[in-house]
Amino acid sequence: MKNINNKTLSDNPFYDPSLSKRHSKARRFKIFTITCIVFALSFLVFFLGDMIVKGLPAFQQSYMQIDVSYNDKTIASTRKAIDKKYRRIVSRAWLRNIPNQVEESPELMNTTQSTWVLVNHQVDQYMKGHYFKIKSKELKIIEDMHAQGKLQLQFNRIFFTQGDSKIPENSGLKSAIIGSILTLLVTMVVAFPMGVMTAVYLEEFADDNRWTQFIEVNINNLAAIPSILFGLLGLAVFINLFGLPRSSPLVGGLTLALMTLPIIIVSSRAALRSVPDSIRQAGYGLGLTKVQVVQDHVLPLAFPGIMTGSIIGLAHAMGETAPLIIIGMIAFIPDSPGSIFEAATVMPAQIFTWAGMPERAYIERTAAGIMVLLSVLISLNALAIILRKKFEVKW
Amino acid sequence: MKAFESKKRHNEIKEQLIKFTLITAASVSILTTFGVLFSILFEAIEFFQMRSFWYFITGTEWSPGVADSKFGALPIFSGTFIITLIAMAVALPIGLGSAIFMSEYASPKLRSKLKPLLEILAGIPTVVYGFFAAITVAPFIVNFFTLLGVQASFNSALASGIVMGIMIIPVISSLSDDVISAVPDSQRKASLALGMTMSETIKNIVLPSALPGIISATLLGLSKALGETMIVVMAAGLRPNLSWNILEDMTTVTVRIVDALVGDHEFNSPDTLSAFALGLILFIVTLVLNIISVALIRKFKEKYKINTL
Amino acid sequence: MTTNPNDISSNTIDDSSAQKIPETKITVRDLNLYYGDNHALHNIDMDIYKNKITALIGPSGCGKSTFLRCLNRMNDLINSVRVDGEVFIDNKNIYDKDVDEVSVRKRVGMVFQQPNPFPKSIYDNVSYAPLKHGFVKKGNSCNELVEKSLIQAGLWEEVKDKLSQPGTSLSGGQQQRLCIARTIAVQPDIILMDEPTSALDPISTEKIEALMLELKEKYAIITVTHNMQQAGRVADYTAFFHMGDLIEYADTETIFINPGKKKTEDYITGRYG
Ligand SMILES: Nc1ncnc2c1ncn2[C@@H]1O[C@H](COP(=O)(O)OP(=O)(O)OP(=O)(O)O)[C@@H](O)[C@H]1O
Ligand SMILES: [Mg+2]
Repeated sequence: MKNINNKTLSDNPFYDPSLSKRHSKARRFKIFTITCIVFALSFLVFFLGDMIVKGLPAFQQSYMQIDVSYNDKTIASTRKAIDKKYRRIVSRAWLRNIPNQVEESPELMNTTQSTWVLVNHQVDQYMKGHYFKIKSKELKIIEDMHAQGKLQLQFNRIFFTQGDSKIPENSGLKSAIIGSILTLLVTMVVAFPMGVMTAVYLEEFADDNRWTQFIEVNINNLAAIPSILFGLLGLAVFINLFGLPRSSPLVGGLTLALMTLPIIIVSSRAALRSVPDSIRQAGYGLGLTKVQVVQDHVLPLAFPGIMTGSIIGLAHAMGETAPLIIIGMIAFIPDSPGSIFEAATVMPAQIFTWAGMPERAYIERTAAGIMVLLSVLISLNALAIILRKKFEVKW
Repeated sequence: MKAFESKKRHNEIKEQLIKFTLITAASVSILTTFGVLFSILFEAIEFFQMRSFWYFITGTEWSPGVADSKFGALPIFSGTFIITLIAMAVALPIGLGSAIFMSEYASPKLRSKLKPLLEILAGIPTVVYGFFAAITVAPFIVNFFTLLGVQASFNSALASGIVMGIMIIPVISSLSDDVISAVPDSQRKASLALGMTMSETIKNIVLPSALPGIISATLLGLSKALGETMIVVMAAGLRPNLSWNILEDMTTVTVRIVDALVGDHEFNSPDTLSAFALGLILFIVTLVLNIISVALIRKFKEKYKINTL
Repeated sequence: MTTNPNDISSNTIDDSSAQKIPETKITVRDLNLYYGDNHALHNIDMDIYKNKITALIGPSGCGKSTFLRCLNRMNDLINSVRVDGEVFIDNKNIYDKDVDEVSVRKRVGMVFQQPNPFPKSIYDNVSYAPLKHGFVKKGNSCNELVEKSLIQAGLWEEVKDKLSQPGTSLSGGQQQRLCIARTIAVQPDIILMDEPTSALDPISTEKIEALMLELKEKYAIITVTHNMQQAGRVADYTAFFHMGDLIEYADTETIFINPGKKKTEDYITGRYG
């Protein structure tokens, strides 16, 4: 090394050729870690992009402007309300609804109206540029109508105002949304007070004895039990033992409550712990009892933190599917459930059901359902973050 | 005076009552764990009274619903094992690499942005992953291998394994990032001052110190993979398949649990009860993994005297 | 002045018995350092000699550690740092573009305030860097190097039967000597020590000081200390820093007995008077 001819190198006592190999190894390692995180994040982007590309079309639906005649004959046999040549184009679901239309607006009776009519899912898929199966005779009509602007994509109201349906163009998320709301209502009514009380007990009242430690270990284990096993519990205990109605938001909500419990407990404890001891001491100094101090001084201060944790728990419960499948919440539910005792389905379960349907039209609805679900989840999490930021107090 | 006394007594009773309510609430979590355990255990015992436990563990044929039904769960276990293995093969390097980048190379500002982004992955419902696996990844794999002249199933273990791995990345990266960041800086400095490069320091000093935490994160991820249901229900097969070929369809414990319980079966038939036998195994395995994981993290915390993990 | 005059005179005797003109190892010229907007070192000029111990003293926050870290480019690891000026080691500016900071750190070892052995065995603590640098291969040559380094660090007798035990199982003083052994094993020319004894008990401190006096036969040693007696006992030269300025730099005797600047005197007497 000393004899290297290159003068600049031999002048440099720190010249060390063995290092270049190690440096390139170090560089490769760094690049590897960057690749990892870039991959993980680009997956996130790709995944969300994929859902949006697949789901966006479902927010529009094809309608066609044709003459519809309303009279006794067509009410008795709705097929006859439209021109024969449109029969394989218009949605069966729309025709089926003609009597209801007349009932709602009796002035339609004995008139012929030029109306925007829902078309079936094959025509809709044609309009969206997807694969479709349409006979050439109908295809010609469709092309004509499309060229005249009498066949159009319009905002898909049905998706939000209808429940599930075996007719793709008539299926919507409504009953699943209501099912989700009822189920989560049960979940929060049970899990929130239970979780907060447990946290208050563990943080404020419990002595550090065996029983307390046992409870703590248990909460940790509870959080790690695979969700599907809660479904087994729900099935064996709530349905078979207590005889609660299968597929109902009541059973689903109770099952989810048990799963959400550890999340609420852990975050509530953290929130309680962040309330400084000086607050408690001040309370005792005023001669208040422990319960009064906790109730009037500690809990209000910990409340934002507790809410944050509960919202995150709620979001978790909202996305959960597996245990609900086990207790039967994937039933076909066209009409929204009226109470927590009726059979219902929830958003993720509806997504699951649609994902398994053979008709292609359901794919976009599945993805659109996912978009709705993810939007709600993201909003909930954003709300939790805002709450935390807003009430974050540096003691 | 008397009124005062009685008010005080009244208060005392109220205090006791509230305390009692709190203890009761706290005990519900215990009740739940044991509820899960016993509700599964009793039904499983009932199953094993009808069918041989030994054949369940070692038998290779799973054929419920037929006259001569057999319940050998080995092919189900093997399918679960292989899909989990694929998931870990995806999640472990990517999760750990991401954790290393966030804790060692990224600025604190960048880290505080990356971490929540990664955690979005953990917040996506599994049914969504399942749809993605079935509708996007599985066909891609089939097409890709067809190009190579190899036939792959639309329900291949590979598709659900990969997607499951992606789901588990944040489980591993988040906890690993915490433990790697908790390794004292003095150790990095000592190594760098000896003329070590950053990557040598990470590989030889930081990672070995963080190892208990990293193993703990891995076990948690493993437990999550084993219990994952929706991805495999939607993207993996139903067929018990004792094979190493990850392009074939395979089934898992959770898929068979769902399959056994969905639909109108008679509850006390071995077909239905087999779900509880499978559930019992799943419960035990995930519980053991969690207990080891927690013990390892505790050891790590004690070693570096941290309470914040 | 209550500084033990014997220590100082022994240093003087040491110097005169050596009878060598000290050879310059490090030349610092016009060194400025900024932590963001915080100008932490101002125009430092300093020559540091081979086979001598140079002590850096001064009140807390005056920039001693910062200066020390300039000498092995450890400051490069802090994002906000900007360094201006030159630090020549063997007549080469280590801040030149063609100098690799890793190779600087190979030649300039560092011992920290808190003993920080790796959570590995005693043997691995010492052998880790030499193996990675390719100085030795696993096996006999490595064993020899570990033994030699531990002997030099005065730790061999205490640990030779338990080389496979974790380094963290040793006492604080032993851990610090292990850290010194680990540094020596890389065969540097210069050893930087940042308050190497401030976390140790008096007996361990004494051992480390004795070790420093032995090591200076081979290395240039620069040590930061808050302990005036220690500076008096071990250092040949002492530099007094104050708020990022090098106030005074001379042989230890001069600094302690006959300081040229008022600030130096105030600092030293403030501690001792
Ligand atoms: N990593 C850093 N980032 C920003 N500023 C720093 C950093 N390290 C030191 N400083 C600042 O540089 C100045 C000198 O600090 P330095 O640690 O060198 O002092 P010191 O003389 O070693 O003090 P002490 O005797 O307490 O160890 C101080 O004002 C300090 O706040
Ligand atoms: Mg310092």
